[in-house]
Amino acid sequence: MTETTTPSHPSGASRQVPSGRGADLAMYQENILDHYKHPRNSGEIQGADHAHAANPLCGDELDFYLDFDPQGKVSQVKFTGRGCTISVASASMLSEKLKGMEKSAIEKMTNEEIIAMLGVPVNPARMKCATLSLETVQQAIGHH
Amino acid sequence: MWQRTKYLRKLVPEIMASIKAIRKDFPVLANNPSLVYLDSTATSLKPQTVIDAERKYYEQVGATVHRGVYDLSQKATDMYEGVRETVRKFINAKSTKEIIFTRNATEAINLVASSLAHQLVSGDVVLLSEMEHHSNIVPWQMLKERGGEIKFVPLKKALRQPPPAPPLLRRGIDDATLDFSDELDMAAFDQMLNKKVKIVAITQMSNVLGTVNDVKTIIERAHKAGALVLVDAAQSVPHMPVDVQDLDADFLVFSGHKMLGPTGTGVLYGKAAILQEMPPFMRGGDMVLEVTKDGAKWNELPWKFEAGTPNISGFIGLGAAIEYLQKLGMENVWAHDQELSKYGLEQLGKIEGVNVLGSTTPQPLLAEGGGRDATTFGRAAIFAMDISGVHPHDIGSILNSQNIAIRAGHHCAMPLHQHFGIPATARASGYVYTTKEDIDALVKGILKAKEIFQ
Repeated sequence: MTETTTPSHPSGASRQVPSGRGADLAMYQENILDHYKHPRNSGEIQGADHAHAANPLCGDELDFYLDFDPQGKVSQVKFTGRGCTISVASASMLSEKLKGMEKSAIEKMTNEEIIAMLGVPVNPARMKCATLSLETVQQAIGHH
Repeated sequence: MWQRTKYLRKLVPEIMASIKAIRKDFPVLANNPSLVYLDSTATSLKPQTVIDAERKYYEQVGATVHRGVYDLSQKATDMYEGVRETVRKFINAKSTKEIIFTRNATEAINLVASSLAHQLVSGDVVLLSEMEHHSNIVPWQMLKERGGEIKFVPLKKALRQPPPAPPLLRRGIDDATLDFSDELDMAAFDQMLNKKVKIVAITQMSNVLGTVNDVKTIIERAHKAGALVLVDAAQSVPHMPVDVQDLDADFLVFSGHKMLGPTGTGVLYGKAAILQEMPPFMRGGDMVLEVTKDGAKWNELPWKFEAGTPNISGFIGLGAAIEYLQKLGMENVWAHDQELSKYGLEQLGKIEGVNVLGSTTPQPLLAEGGGRDATTFGRAAIFAMDISGVHPHDIGSILNSQNIAIRAGHHCAMPLHQHFGIPATARASGYVYTTKEDIDALVKGILKAKEIFQ
């Protein structure tokens, strides 16, 4: 999680992230739109680690399912939900990244890594959309 | 009979021509030349006269109200209390005793809910509607702790089922035949009225649908059933003429910042006889006549409900805002709003996949028995949209890239969005400085978003 000294509003409004109107259009790059229109690893896994998280501000919802192999590495990952381009693309890209990762490594992942993974500028107002995926995944393994 | 067309024929060409002059009064528009501001339902921009009025108080007066015997304090008191008279006239209250200054409409509703809570007993019902803003829902929910019950008057159409459960990734409503028009179910309201209903709290103009409810009829029927009525006029007072005596409202609340005034100013209108019997909401200085170690004697109305040093500069600014609106004429403000509404619905209606919530015809929503006058019904220029295949947040961001400011989300009306089975909408809204060109820019922006998501 981002370290902040002042509480941040759930809209992300108070977060210090570079932004600008130009950045808004730059969010909608082809690979982001591709992940949004064709999300990878869409679906459910019965009996797997599971968590549900939502952003009540915009009604976005995600469900993540993670299965681990005997070595403790992610063998299978699926997700379902609904949301904006950034939240769905972030979930789709994260689902690809998680395969083969150990639980401890997933626990250490930060929001900054998610922004870097997306590779596009994310406006502070959209930060929660981008990080909902990681929040859900970390909840899922925490519930194990 | 409905007389809106008469109004429009007479006034609209003139008003539309004067918008250019009106826009020059708003420094935010001058300082952001390419800005298309379509979020006035959230908060309005402020004209120079409002900013000047606040500045003038701080530069030339500076003293507090109701205290000193010295000239500047008297001057501050005269300015501040003068605004109370301006507000009284603006909504046609009988007396300035009935005008309580609050931080905003939300605080005004909290004041009434907290103060009336003492009179409620277990089993009493507070009747709200499904189209209320959270600020007219959440304060009443605290009455549940006292055994009170909250009931919601539904809209006419059946609740839409939420979209299918995962694994479908739903991005918008795909079905172009979906009908998002809806209005308050007055027949259901009549059925729900009974002796247990003690308070009816209802909006005069929905901040999502733009719908104007027939609150006069609602108040008439509620009074027959023995209930008090609070009107949430946060959207209506800025946009249309409102007369509290004609409505016979027991309480009516609104916020200054949505009607060209400063943030942190709100008004509670209440009938003097009812306010007289209500205990204070906040306690402290200024709301007391006498204090001993054992207790205190409350000040008279309206100050009984105004503890502490008030937002003096803010209310002086609100006075200037009301004077600005009065100069335009509220009938003209409303006529302009309706013209924008008509134009917006026509233009947005041409875009495939764009569904505007609420009435999509520029026709007035006539209540049973017909309307009374040209200002009772109609539709405000508020366009909350569900856009097929494009999430509201994405619309908001793409429009922002073109310097078009709209609101994306549930607009503090989650139960209403639940009624329509959608989590959020993209909402554009206009006010006195909004032009048809602003709507054209919005349409262009939406087409651009659709292109990106094709």
